[in-house]
Amino acid sequence: MDLGTRLLWGLGSIVAVVLESQDTLAWYAIALAYLIASVCFIFGLKLLSHPETARKGNFIAATGMAIAVLATLLAPGIRNHLWILIAIVIGSVIGTVIAKKVKMTAMPQMVSFFNGMGGACAALIGLIEFKELQYVNGVIVTSMGDVIGSSLLSGHTLAILGGILIGSVSFSGSIIAMGKLEGFVTEKSVRLPFQQGINALLLLVMLGIIGYTLTLEQPIFWLPLLLFVLALIYGVLFVLPIGGADMPVVISLLNSFTGLAAACGGFIYDNQVMLTGGILVGSAGTILTILMCRAMNRSLTNVILGAFGGGAAAAQEEGEKVVREISPSDAAILLAYARKVMIVPGYGLAVAQAQHTVHELEKLLEERGVEVLYAIHPVAGRMPGHMNVLLAEADVPYDKLLELEEANEQFPTTDVVLVIGANDVVNPAAKTDPSSPIYGMPILEVDKAKTVIVLKRSMRAGYAGIENELFYYPKTRMLFGDAKASLEQLIEEIKQL
Amino acid sequence: MQEVLRFIGENIEMLYILILSVLVGIEVISKVPTILHTPLMSGANAIHGVVIVGAIIVMGHAPADNILVLLLGFVAVVLGTLNVVGGFVVTDRMLEMFKKKR
Repeated sequence: MDLGTRLLWGLGSIVAVVLESQDTLAWYAIALAYLIASVCFIFGLKLLSHPETARKGNFIAATGMAIAVLATLLAPGIRNHLWILIAIVIGSVIGTVIAKKVKMTAMPQMVSFFNGMGGACAALIGLIEFKELQYVNGVIVTSMGDVIGSSLLSGHTLAILGGILIGSVSFSGSIIAMGKLEGFVTEKSVRLPFQQGINALLLLVMLGIIGYTLTLEQPIFWLPLLLFVLALIYGVLFVLPIGGADMPVVISLLNSFTGLAAACGGFIYDNQVMLTGGILVGSAGTILTILMCRAMNRSLTNVILGAFGGGAAAAQEEGEKVVREISPSDAAILLAYARKVMIVPGYGLAVAQAQHTVHELEKLLEERGVEVLYAIHPVAGRMPGHMNVLLAEADVPYDKLLELEEANEQFPTTDVVLVIGANDVVNPAAKTDPSSPIYGMPILEVDKAKTVIVLKRSMRAGYAGIENELFYYPKTRMLFGDAKASLEQLIEEIKQL
Repeated sequence: MQEVLRFIGENIEMLYILILSVLVGIEVISKVPTILHTPLMSGANAIHGVVIVGAIIVMGHAPADNILVLLLGFVAVVLGTLNVVGGFVVTDRMLEMFKKKR
């Protein structure tokens, strides 16, 4: 036998073992596959947290998922294979196409969207499973034919209702978060009167529905349906009051919610891989959310309940303040004859897709003997790490990217700081104005440098919706226009010097 | 109380998995550089797509004459696949950027 036939024969006999035996052996094979998949998830996540191994980690996690899906498809008692495969193909094609086509700047929205899909999937599973509960001869029987007792009071029902609740909140919340980043929902903080009260009341009502349903002797389907609708509303009200700048944290939180919803599925079906996968994301996601908050020097409660991007504190009196504009040619001279230039990139750079242009400017200045470094604020852009990804794409060497503390040490010896489309991360109000919503957030102290040139489209406030005093400082010069166009002008001017 | 004890007794293995998974999740993530926050979140997002396993079970057990369950199950499988496939592809695209490192 050649290798191919032998492989086929081996594969065939494995499939045969799984398919033929309706007995315990097949279940053991599936349990083993689930075990392998769970280990893949854990190792995948572990590798994902180191830069060198991250890509491999993602691949291993994906392999684990493929194993889990395949094992489930081959499990005894599964029918409708054709329809399941059609659904998987449809989902895969749509998922791959939008994931491949989306621009790098829109990645956060994409993550939020996919997260919402997972939440919706978990909620649907819960609804179907509740619908399938049968009342037979005084006992409740599940869709799998297991008797759960003489009333609905059981872990099974609780897991179903929990899945509906958490999945729905995650779904509607993620869609609103996506909308805030994409711009089809206002990025401002939207508050109803008595918002906190309404949310708390809604939560109580939902918990009440769950409690009441558990005491029933026979299933009533409109109760979980009502829970589903209320949870959708809750998800919307949960995210609406949070300003656009905090969306990364919210998405991360909703991400861990969906993990919990998936884990509920694990309890419904006694399915180990759903449980490990779901809980793993639930706990890792929570830690990640806290880490993100810490990078902004804020607490999670402050993000969820705080008045970021709105409220009275954001409104400042407009005094007689003067902005000093600078022409591209003057700016070019300042840059070309500096000894050290620090570039501070922000979301404006990502929007203008100017990462390659900025790298070109950097090389041009280096040729003239100017030392050029980048100062990366942990939350510059829309997501932590956003700027690193963008600049890496443009082949900017890693050692040129300074983190917050390193950069702040360098500013006093810097001649020119070039702020490109960044705003809140350089706002001195975070240090000086206790009434400011961003007070306490560590910032890049660009005003320590000799001159600051700010490339900005207009005088509009940043994402947090607050004024930036920096723009009125005597040492600050404004260069208005699209980041990419302005940078190209600068390059031209420097070449002519 | 009886019900609670019965539930714990019957699901003791699942509860062990639950507690250990929580601890593993915390342990695995605790030291992550800021630049990896977003890809890591995206990767975790793809992993909870494991909910698709539940969707497959729902559809796989749906009686052929129960159109409603079949239909909802079908939608659930599509949504779950979107989460899984989209999640892993997006993560890979983000991480592709790190590969060019010299």
